[in-house]
Amino acid sequence: MINTLFEMFSYTFLVRAVVVGLLVSLCAALLGVSLVLKRYSMIGDGLSHVGFGTLAIATAMNAAPLTVSIPVVILAAFLLLRISENSKIKGDAAIALISTGSLAIGVVVISLTTGMNTDVCNYMFGSILAMSKNDVTLSIILAVVVLTMFVLFYNKIFAVTFDENFAKATGVKTGVYNMLIAFLTSITIVLGMRMMGALLISSLIIFPALTSMRLCKKFKTVTVCSAIVSLICFFIGVVVSYVKATPTGASVVLVNIAAFLLFWAANTIKGRIRK
Amino acid sequence: MTLYICKDAALGYEGSVAVRSLNFEVRSGDYLCIAGENGSGKSTLLKGLLQLKTPVEGSIMLGVNADEIGYLPQQTAAQKDFPASAYEVVLSGRISSRGILPFYSRKDRLTANENIERLGIKPLRNRCYRELSGGQQQRVLLARALCAAKKILLLDEPAAGLDPVITKELYRLIENINHETGVTVIMVSHDINSAVKYASHILHLKTEQLFFGTTADYLNSPFGKMFAGGESND
Repeated sequence: MINTLFEMFSYTFLVRAVVVGLLVSLCAALLGVSLVLKRYSMIGDGLSHVGFGTLAIATAMNAAPLTVSIPVVILAAFLLLRISENSKIKGDAAIALISTGSLAIGVVVISLTTGMNTDVCNYMFGSILAMSKNDVTLSIILAVVVLTMFVLFYNKIFAVTFDENFAKATGVKTGVYNMLIAFLTSITIVLGMRMMGALLISSLIIFPALTSMRLCKKFKTVTVCSAIVSLICFFIGVVVSYVKATPTGASVVLVNIAAFLLFWAANTIKGRIRK
Repeated sequence: MTLYICKDAALGYEGSVAVRSLNFEVRSGDYLCIAGENGSGKSTLLKGLLQLKTPVEGSIMLGVNADEIGYLPQQTAAQKDFPASAYEVVLSGRISSRGILPFYSRKDRLTANENIERLGIKPLRNRCYRELSGGQQQRVLLARALCAAKKILLLDEPAAGLDPVITKELYRLIENINHETGVTVIMVSHDINSAVKYASHILHLKTEQLFFGTTADYLNSPFGKMFAGGESND
């Protein structure tokens, strides 16, 4: 076991991937609690598809993927948020439109430029080889920004998540905090997307929050617990994918499913014992 | 001091007007009950008073800042399974007094604990909000509203889904708050009998303003005789 870990971390690209992955998992788990409770889980999913489209276009234009993706995805996040708040248009339908739309654009752009090949597969399901040295630096900076913002605005995020109308009526600028959550989510998704894959990144947002909600009763413990669960699941996932030579993104998701079932079972047993 | 002045105000949703010709004043220390049937525009008016909606016509003028308002909303489905302790929920009522500062102060925690004691929910302090009964949840939300209410407390159907005993207790609590602390209370309710029992002023709506005045005047008015008189027979 220890030997496997030593062997794993003798590869620089794996060290990079693990560092970026752990940071992204942490950010995603923290934001996920709020997104899941606000019934915004699908926004995360929609954004990752937008990210896929922009990644494809960035590659076609030979531009740096992150510098193109991040602003576009942030823009899409604001748009999706606006739509969800507007009762005239159904939010879930709009998310489906935007996400399938960008997926289609991405696939067409890729097939026009490089042809349908492993690139598409890598974008969709992620690749551990995707992290360059610059990506690591950028990831660390952005992750620090996300974490600091989250800690500083934790109380505001709780108030806005629990009851937006109350917060708004008592004079909190809820729009600003919704934007903040959308902004941080976009950055997290774009950062994690190439490793986890466009189709799988939203699991990092949704799973840890749902898992910890099985057992935890307080918002603070839910938040802390989902951060820890997310970090552990990511690490186990990477090790499994290294040992069994399975795709990283999918392995991490499988470990997350296992954790969810474990917590769910623990809660059921706890309920039985109490009776 | 006048807290609200409504002048020929009308409020509505996306083009259609839900309630019109609103003309009333709320003064400091009043206990106003906004009464009316379902769909009469009560909740819409409350949203207007909370500035969550701007009037389509006329004006609603405020004599208070938003951070002096406490609000007890109707519960949403999302809240009913929210993983938070009662204390966390109550404390979040202090959010408006924080401004841009990130963390709660000692005074905020103290106020939260005081309001928890006041509503007799100390044993529930560390319980999970979603595991509480409807009445207990309502008290937690009222404690949160009190944390925010420096001058005025707005309540949207506080008795919705509660049994008669708990409803009576809740009304008594609200009355005490109004009397003891001088906090102005504006309550939306379709329960006209309790309204005339506790409130100092009545605003009766039916997509427009039918009556506004003191409770005594209301009981002598034709509307009062019709609504309050008619319902007490059953």
